[in-house]
Amino acid sequence: MKKDTFTLGGKEFSSRFILGSGKYSMELIKAAVENAGAQIITLAVRRTNTKKNESILDHIPDNVTLLPNTSGARDAQEAVRIARMARELGCGNFVKIEIMRDSKYLLPDNVETVKATELLAKEGFVVLPYMYPDLYTARDLVNAGAAAVMPLGSPIGSNKGLATKEFIQILIDEIDLPVIVDAGIGKPSQACEAMEMGAAAIMANTAIATAGDVPAMAGAFKNAIEAGRAAYLAGLGRVLERGASASDPLTGFLRD
Amino acid sequence: MSENQFFIDSDKLSAKALEKKHRLENDPSSRADHMAYLPGMEQISSDIRDRVLHEMEHYDYESYTDADVRRALAHETCSVEDFKALLSPAALPHLEEMAERAKLETSRHFGNTVYLFTPLYIANYCENYCVYCGFNCYNDIRRKKLNFEEIKKEMKVIADSGIEEILILTGESRSKSDVNYIGEACKLASRYFRNVGLEIYPVNTDEYRYLHECGADYVTVFQETYDSDKYETLHLLGHKRVFPYRFDAQERAILGGMRGVGFSALLGLSDFRKDALASALHVYYLQRKYPHAEYSLSCPRLRPIINNDKINPLDVHEKELCQVLCAYRIFLPYVGITVSSREQKHFRDGIVKIAATKVSAGVSTGIGDHESKYEGTASEEAGDEQFEISDGRSFDQMYQDMSEEGLQPVLNDYVYV
Repeated sequence: MKKDTFTLGGKEFSSRFILGSGKYSMELIKAAVENAGAQIITLAVRRTNTKKNESILDHIPDNVTLLPNTSGARDAQEAVRIARMARELGCGNFVKIEIMRDSKYLLPDNVETVKATELLAKEGFVVLPYMYPDLYTARDLVNAGAAAVMPLGSPIGSNKGLATKEFIQILIDEIDLPVIVDAGIGKPSQACEAMEMGAAAIMANTAIATAGDVPAMAGAFKNAIEAGRAAYLAGLGRVLERGASASDPLTGFLRD
Repeated sequence: MSENQFFIDSDKLSAKALEKKHRLENDPSSRADHMAYLPGMEQISSDIRDRVLHEMEHYDYESYTDADVRRALAHETCSVEDFKALLSPAALPHLEEMAERAKLETSRHFGNTVYLFTPLYIANYCENYCVYCGFNCYNDIRRKKLNFEEIKKEMKVIADSGIEEILILTGESRSKSDVNYIGEACKLASRYFRNVGLEIYPVNTDEYRYLHECGADYVTVFQETYDSDKYETLHLLGHKRVFPYRFDAQERAILGGMRGVGFSALLGLSDFRKDALASALHVYYLQRKYPHAEYSLSCPRLRPIINNDKINPLDVHEKELCQVLCAYRIFLPYVGITVSSREQKHFRDGIVKIAATKVSAGVSTGIGDHESKYEGTASEEAGDEQFEISDGRSFDQMYQDMSEEGLQPVLNDYVYV
């Protein structure tokens, strides 16, 4: 059987679980990465911008790809500056663009995100933009050189799951890049649901960081994501919206 | 509450100075109009003040019932009306429930992190007579303004202790501690620290812009009390007396390019429920107008000062303070909440697990005494303190204590761009 992988910036990944590193204790990060089987972990440049005993970088296993994010950027120019900082800090050339101009909901600014994607892709970054699931923006991101698109399921940290489900489905159907569902995934079942829909991967942070048992929740997400992926590959059976289907076909009378 | 608990005469004041002080204290007509701008004070066009004060004036917290509080707690998002119920006396019996909800909101937005910082007072000269403050111009204290060498030395001592976020403070004296002096201090601070905040006298937009360019990115201004009539009886002399100029400081700071702004009333000066309402609405309305900016709230209670140990937070006990903080958190889940060393260890250790996201450590409110305080040696040169602190834990101790409480201490979560 062919190995089921997806590719970002020429790099192949078999794990479809991207783990966030914010909001929880460093000692737990390593255990979470291991239980999640994650091959990519995000980290905020603003959190790594520290002098000593604190650096998240020291707690991340070497074989894991770092995905620094530009959290704190309020426009494209600031995102570009933070991305360059990440490269200088030795975080590699992957970058997740996060541009927010709202401190309350932390919703991404799609317009600035497209601009930043174009600038950073030209500088050789593997760009993964966090975005509001809008088809036109997703197409612009493809044209701007993004390596994937990362639509939000619901507001960041809300654990509300796939509030934008219909729109994410449109992106999955229409965009040729990997669609990675990011933000708002609060439960393994929601991650599973997104994977069943055909998402390439899931990014989760708060749901794991705020769980009673962080490593165990990381493991639960891993299993749910794998189950959802397997279901997608198997081809989901028909789900009836309402009532039963007639066992005698309605069109059985047709003769030729 | 009588203002008289605050009035203390120093025997070092001249007869003329004493006479002026007494006149200011006793004869309201001798005091300047606290609603009139002084020359040089920028006036911005904003309706925030009117909206906040209108809501505050019409807030009748006794009218809220147990049912209002239950309804507020049942709502998924907290409306202004819900917030008013949560601040009311009717909510006190629901404090545990409020704390549970607040904890949930805090963890949703901040996980289990707690930010650590320290304040650095670089000067205690002051031109104001604010009757409750240790720095007030009539109080007989040792005055000092650090020179740049001394600032560097202090910063190095603090930075060596491990702290990465600093809050630079001054007394409010434009003549002794001008904007250029503070700007130079910010430039020095950016060499030693990752994150530089300011708590200084309010300035104009262009001056905030200059200070931002010097490396500062957060501005905190305490309104002390939002009740302008009460404000007038507490701030008897100096530019701080001008209520509206102070009120608009955060908005000017945002217009000047600062990333974040901090707010507070000094609880215990006036009706704390009304002041808490106004503080939160000040944030709420500004956030709607400037959604990109970051916001934080503090919750200081009155503390004794040098030469006057009678000052206390009156009816704001720990329970009330906790209620205010839980209500803040439920109403404004995205806002940072700072709890300073005015509060004791047990309170700070408890509240960081519910609502607070930032605590100070290794604190001195004196001038130029970090080395002596950190190393336990005497300093004869230092300037006197603004108020007495209640939690003297060092940075290392605080880091350890917070970790033991199951929290992740964060030294920096910021980049200057």
